[in-house]
Amino acid sequence: MTSPFFTGEHAMLRDQLRRFVAEEVVPHAEAWEAEGSVPRDVLRRMGELGFLGIRYGEQWGGADMDTLGSVVLAEELGRSTFGGFAITVLVHTDMASVHVANAGTPEQRARWMPGIVAGETVTAVAVTEPGAGSDVKGIATRAEQIPGGWRLSGSKLFITNGVHADLVCVAAKTGGERPSRAVTMFAVERDTPGFRVGRVLDKQGWRCSDTAELVFEECFVPHENVLGPEGGGFGAIMRNFQNERLVIAAMAMAEAETALEITLEHVKTRRAFGGTLWDREAVRQKLAALWGRVAAAKAMVHQVAWRDGRGEDCVREVSALKALCGELVNEVMYACVQCHGGSGFMADVAINRMARDARVHAIGGGATEVMLEEVAKRL
Amino acid sequence: MKVLVPVKRVIDYNVKVRVKADSSGVDLANVKMSMNPFDEIAVEQAIRLKEAGQADEIVIVSIGVEKAQETIRTALAMGADRGILVKAVDNVETDVEPLAVAKILAKIVEEEGPGLVLCGKQAIDNDMNATGQMLAALLGWAQGTFASKLAIEGDHASVTREVDGGLQTIKVKMPAVVTVDLRLNEPRYASLPNIMKAKKKPLDVKTPEDYGVDVSPRLTVVSVKEPPARKAGVKVADVAELVDKLKNEAGVI
Repeated sequence: MTSPFFTGEHAMLRDQLRRFVAEEVVPHAEAWEAEGSVPRDVLRRMGELGFLGIRYGEQWGGADMDTLGSVVLAEELGRSTFGGFAITVLVHTDMASVHVANAGTPEQRARWMPGIVAGETVTAVAVTEPGAGSDVKGIATRAEQIPGGWRLSGSKLFITNGVHADLVCVAAKTGGERPSRAVTMFAVERDTPGFRVGRVLDKQGWRCSDTAELVFEECFVPHENVLGPEGGGFGAIMRNFQNERLVIAAMAMAEAETALEITLEHVKTRRAFGGTLWDREAVRQKLAALWGRVAAAKAMVHQVAWRDGRGEDCVREVSALKALCGELVNEVMYACVQCHGGSGFMADVAINRMARDARVHAIGGGATEVMLEEVAKRL
Repeated sequence: MKVLVPVKRVIDYNVKVRVKADSSGVDLANVKMSMNPFDEIAVEQAIRLKEAGQADEIVIVSIGVEKAQETIRTALAMGADRGILVKAVDNVETDVEPLAVAKILAKIVEEEGPGLVLCGKQAIDNDMNATGQMLAALLGWAQGTFASKLAIEGDHASVTREVDGGLQTIKVKMPAVVTVDLRLNEPRYASLPNIMKAKKKPLDVKTPEDYGVDVSPRLTVVSVKEPPARKAGVKVADVAELVDKLKNEAGVI
């Protein structure tokens, strides 16, 4: 329980989040799964309690905490057993709004940050397309400069929070010789003419998270909505990926740990062949080995988050963690479903939902294979 | 009016308590500790009194290990004004007994001069249910225990108490000690901005010697045992069989 990294404030934040998840999320989230989205009043309530401004400045209603604050948020939301809820919040706090917070001008931040922290302005980030995901330089959405601003054309795919977001941070090609300077980020508000939700996407897991295909048809975006310098999009995306990947690793390990807790409860009470499943060496050794691997990975998440908070370059470590945790959580879920026997195959039990939700951790935010290349480049 | 709220750091109510192998007590190593839930209700009530303009300062006191500071900070994050930690023991396994706690609190009351002491009715770790009553006796103050409603009316407090079979409302003269029950209120969340602000609120650290109180234990724990495991039940086919079993096997009807 003691840690050299977390402070008393982190511990208090964790306590408040744990209570919020137990009282305000778990009893209702089955219904959100069926509806396909998290109600807005839940996000607003989280905003009131300061949970959406952990990393942001006090002037916006935030708490100015470090990277470990995001880890606490990701872990406690991960423990909810509803990955779709966790990702709805984390995309907003740690993956999308960071584009406004990090690259926004003082005017842009004054315009959007208070709403972002309050849960009034929900954000999404739109980089992935039908033809390009982790290969950000390969996107086809284009922005052409015209008097007063830019005209966006193209489409974006698998966009979390895409159906209901108020503000979408969109990556588009703005030209130029060097591919790494050819992408610019744009803040596109809901109801902007030429911007629409093309399709609401149906998914294996994360069912209470809304995911969309977004379509931009000669969508006019004024100059004051350009995030960061022209051609600075690729660099911004790569920098913000670090936070996103670390948060996913933290979320994944909290999910793995929770799945093991649920499974331990099950195997210690489930009887078969004259004893409990826990009496079977094959069962308990499998769970014991996984517990150790999860504890080790979680310890590395904490240590790397602490280093990141001190401003150290951790690209290799974060990429390694994303690869490690994204795969490990799936190994854990497979074993946990197995230990549940037939009941683990039923769609309405927590362990089944968690296993379905976990699959994307090896894909989203940078697939394992892409992550391992990032590590290899730095060895 | 100043309100004093004593809070205790106890094993978290969600933790599955394990008895130590030598039966000397429960295992407190590496388990989550939190504010006693009844004390949280007392803190909430004090904040509500302040919000209603009936209290102007809320002082939190905790007596125990150094880490009880965290419990005080939680109360400060909820909205209390300042804290006093009385570092009475080094080891979390050593419980400070109600009489010693009440004696220290009585001294703090003399120094601070609150108009009201709000306590949890009992701590969920040892269920003594004694500190508030002892404190009232030591101070010679009125007491209202197990409050499920509290109203301050001038120099009196109206306390609704949960008693067997119903509710009893009493009027106590202020200053008073009121111990609170579960249904008095639902404690608020500490918002993150308030958690950050709590860091800067004053917190004094004292020792029992500062108050001239001896905290050495007067009770000896003989042995601590887990409740017996529940035996497996039986399924009955119908009501007739149930009635038959209750009559002839259990002999209860």
